[in-house]
Amino acid sequence: MTNPSIETNHTSPIHGDVVIRTENVSIYYGSFQAVRNVFLDIPKNRVVAFIGPSGCGKSTLLRCYNRLNDLIPGARVEGKITYQGVDLYDPKVDPVEVRRRIGMVFQRPNPFPKSIYENIAFGARVNGFKGDLDELVERSLRGAALWDEVKDKLKESGLSLSGGQQQRLCIARAIAIEPEVILMDEPCSALDPISTLRVEDLINELKQQFTIIIVTHNMQQASRVADYTAFFNAEAGETGSRFGYLVEYAPTEQIFNAPQQQATQDYVSGRFG
Amino acid sequence: MTSPPITAHQTENLIDSSQKFNPTRLVDRIFKVLSLLLALSIGFVLLWITYSLLGIAFPAIAQFNLGFLTSQAWDPVQDLYGALPQIYGTIVSSIIALLFAVPLGVGVAIFLSENFLPQKILTPIAFLVELLAAIPSVVYGMWGIFVFIPFILPVLQFIHQLFGWIPLFSTSPSTRQMFATAMVLAIMILPTIIAISRDTMVSLSPALRQGAYGLGATRWETITRVLVPAGLSGIIGSVMLALGRALGETMAAAMLIGNANRINVSLFAPASTISALIANQFGEASGLQRSALFYQALILMIITLIVNMLAEVIVSRFQQVE
Repeated sequence: MTNPSIETNHTSPIHGDVVIRTENVSIYYGSFQAVRNVFLDIPKNRVVAFIGPSGCGKSTLLRCYNRLNDLIPGARVEGKITYQGVDLYDPKVDPVEVRRRIGMVFQRPNPFPKSIYENIAFGARVNGFKGDLDELVERSLRGAALWDEVKDKLKESGLSLSGGQQQRLCIARAIAIEPEVILMDEPCSALDPISTLRVEDLINELKQQFTIIIVTHNMQQASRVADYTAFFNAEAGETGSRFGYLVEYAPTEQIFNAPQQQATQDYVSGRFG
Repeated sequence: MTSPPITAHQTENLIDSSQKFNPTRLVDRIFKVLSLLLALSIGFVLLWITYSLLGIAFPAIAQFNLGFLTSQAWDPVQDLYGALPQIYGTIVSSIIALLFAVPLGVGVAIFLSENFLPQKILTPIAFLVELLAAIPSVVYGMWGIFVFIPFILPVLQFIHQLFGWIPLFSTSPSTRQMFATAMVLAIMILPTIIAISRDTMVSLSPALRQGAYGLGATRWETITRVLVPAGLSGIIGSVMLALGRALGETMAAAMLIGNANRINVSLFAPASTISALIANQFGEASGLQRSALFYQALILMIITLIVNMLAEVIVSRFQQVE
């Protein structure tokens, strides 16, 4: 579990332990290059936001961190992604184990059509959890700030909850498997402003325990929750198809107040396009 | 974008136009009446059939009452009739058919809905499965007599030798028998189970699958603990529809089951089903015998009605979850 000390040849803004290291990563769908040459280090117990226009590959990159892109036929990763020093795409690495360590919350709340209790217990059960399931369910729901709202109806369907509650249920479900990293793919895009604020508060609390990477279209959200922000942009390549690339990665304050790149400046000030 | 105030002239137009003759509106009205008549005629046909069944079956109903359901007699000479062997045969053959067809059909449905194989291979397989439903049942019957039963008989003989002490396999396999008939029925109802279950599985949100994988579930766990439970009502619906078909299947059953008017615990012995009995005796039946056949038909209709209603209830519950 020890971390290699920082020795990157790319200028990294990160101080402290690196959990995930992205080294010269390009991602392809068949022959289409979706993401090009990304270098990006994710610091431990921090929130990193990925921002950028649609089609810039930020979700694509996110899904490589837990190998969820494996499910898409033709998806391919070049370069190296290491987690705690281990190459995630080493043939010996079991993607199922990766996903247990690196949890995920999706764009739209996707609770299982099971009871609230079973939604939380699912991850624990498939991972061979031997402890007190009731206790785990309560702890996870408390962790996701949902316990008080659902403690009297744990047997009801997860689908009976409101959208915001469903998303917090999905967060509870993710933290129940006790991952080290949680990936969030636009977790608030389907939520109303009040639910969004609650989830953001939750993210701020969760970073005590977890490393969080959040993809968002909402720049205020990035500035509110993230310690570091990575700005991605899309550009037409030689063949005319658009690929995404990392423009700038820095502490969030710097991205929003003193970006080094003109493209970042244009995007965060809303003068994009 | 301010709209001008509505003038008196315009409102006048509005009222006027409905008074005027308008061919489009007439067609509209005719179409509405026509649709209503057609819709009503469906209900009418159903009522008509039920009414005639009841009418022709009435002498037998009056004679035997509910005792018909529990009597094993079928004696045209003494005019004594009962339906128990047929009810038993109908239900047992259908249940055995389900025992084969459900695991196989659901398994194939899952296989076809996952990306085990490239789409280029999956599409022809799905098409072949649907072709299975297009084979006429008399063809199934002939195939059963000349090919399938001779083929399966040695296997059944082997089971009989090995497990003959179990009453279910206690008789030497006959060339016309319940068990082999049920297996042919199973093949006949497979396409129903596969097609509907597969549609259900395919229609499940990809988010469910991703959610399960994202929590570190394997493919097996994702299928068995998330996808199948999520699609369960649809799968059960397909099974009920298949059961409805197995219960009513006439031609193949009449050709294969042996039409023995008795209940034999052994599945390897000849038996009978309601539809097989009707198909066999209907031609020369008259009087009370014909009435008893209609009574049997009525019973079959009620059984399938119950099955279909159950299917309806389950499928609608599934749609509520969605």
